[in-house]
Amino acid sequence: MAKEEYRIIEAEAVVPYELALGGTVSNFFDYLKEEKIMGKRCRKCSRVLVPPRSFCPRCFEEMDEWVEVGQEGVVETWVYINMPFYGQVIKVPYVSAQIRLDGSDSGLTHLIAGFDLTNVNKVREIVKLGGRVKAVWSKEKKGNILDIAYFEPVK
Amino acid sequence: MQRVAITHVAQSPGVESKENLHDFTYQVNREVLDKAGLKRADVGCIISSSADIFHSGLSCANAFDWDGIGAFMKEGSRAEESAMSFIYACFRVLSGHFDTVLVTAAIKGSENPDNDAITPFYGDPFYLRPVGMNESVVAAMQMRQYMDRYGITEEQCAKVVVKNRGNALFNPYTHIRKRVSLEDVMSSDRIYDPLKALECAPKSDGVVSVLIASEDKAKKLTDKPVWLSGYGCSLDHFIPGDRNLLDGQLQAAAGRAYEMAGISDPRKAIDVAEVCEPYAFQELLWCEQLGFCKEGEGGKLIDSGITQMDGSLPVNPSGGVLAMNPYTSRGLYRIAEAALQLKGQAGEHQVGKKVKTALAHSTHGFGGQCHSVVILSA
Repeated sequence: MAKEEYRIIEAEAVVPYELALGGTVSNFFDYLKEEKIMGKRCRKCSRVLVPPRSFCPRCFEEMDEWVEVGQEGVVETWVYINMPFYGQVIKVPYVSAQIRLDGSDSGLTHLIAGFDLTNVNKVREIVKLGGRVKAVWSKEKKGNILDIAYFEPVK
Repeated sequence: MQRVAITHVAQSPGVESKENLHDFTYQVNREVLDKAGLKRADVGCIISSSADIFHSGLSCANAFDWDGIGAFMKEGSRAEESAMSFIYACFRVLSGHFDTVLVTAAIKGSENPDNDAITPFYGDPFYLRPVGMNESVVAAMQMRQYMDRYGITEEQCAKVVVKNRGNALFNPYTHIRKRVSLEDVMSSDRIYDPLKALECAPKSDGVVSVLIASEDKAKKLTDKPVWLSGYGCSLDHFIPGDRNLLDGQLQAAAGRAYEMAGISDPRKAIDVAEVCEPYAFQELLWCEQLGFCKEGEGGKLIDSGITQMDGSLPVNPSGGVLAMNPYTSRGLYRIAEAALQLKGQAGEHQVGKKVKTALAHSTHGFGGQCHSVVILSA
């Protein structure tokens, strides 16, 4: 007679992908290698988007004008992450933020670091909404978003 | 205009299931047909939802589900998000081709890794994933702006957990039935500061099945049909930095639903609401955008007690997503719970007031990139 027995098996799926960057993302990363942060301006609404997109998602028009933006900007919002999870790419604790660079009309999602991150209350004293931050470049450039190592608060 | 109704709903028990997803899906769909007195062959077509490779660990996930929805030899389709699957099912009835459509959403959260390990894959691989993004990160960003801009306190956000987890004690179909105090929430780990651990939804097992019927058929199947009276959906940009996280698309979605339902004052017209709040503060923000209070007054709303089970506008009497988070099914759960309130069949968590109009809300994507609002009426 069949017993009422429940078991589990362990399973995982690991499959590799090759994802195209496309022209705009490739060019943006090439500029990062030269320590330049470039956005794209929409000819219709004039907004400058950083990170750049090949088309304006609002006007639905191509964006073909590159504009260099500032390496400093304002913290629009931020979060202190102290939750480890499977596959996490940044070691906890870390601070993630939306940063509006000078001359840009959108928020760039990146990290804020460069100081002791162990205590959330101390971090709250250093990272502020509306506070200014500045890009810190990685010494070795790989042509990706982490060529900007992080943003650090401007004193 | 032709009308379309929910006639019956069924939900799996809230506890973690030891059944495999295939059997788990069958059990609930069989239950809803038994309730309606229908055989599998009587159902016109099926719509499955909650297709998400990362949550189920199965590619072409609905292919595995179809047998459990009774799909054999039927027309069927799917929508990725469960409120969208609901409206899709309604469209199939309104097309005139089918008298009945069975729509279902299924997930076993107990089997998948933490949602925080899955939601980084919502992000693009160029800009967002490499800097450690996931759904909770964006939610916490949204919460900090919300508190700052309107002076909403952390305590007011935490109160949502106390309310919803309290409501969950009366819902046998929910997952976590354990009361928490304001102090418990406030002292829980600051995992995504300012978000605290107890302010984030768990991961849950849940199958929900909803039978939809044409007007004539609905009247034959039940003496308490629940009519679709309004629907609206609106989508925001993908990149969170392109968006105003405090002024997303919910107002637009709700506006479309209210217009269709002929509602001018939602605060008065809506008797009960099931709102998708995977993060506690989002219930307050969403309530503002649904027009239940003025902009910036979500904190006052929870303080006033209006949204409590015995208040004048109960929000999430089921316990909401904070008590039960069958991730990809949670939108259809909100719709099913709103329907139960209208039928007067919500059991111990039936609200005290008479329910003539109910609202169900669903959201997905980072920080509410997509919102759907469904208005149901008795």
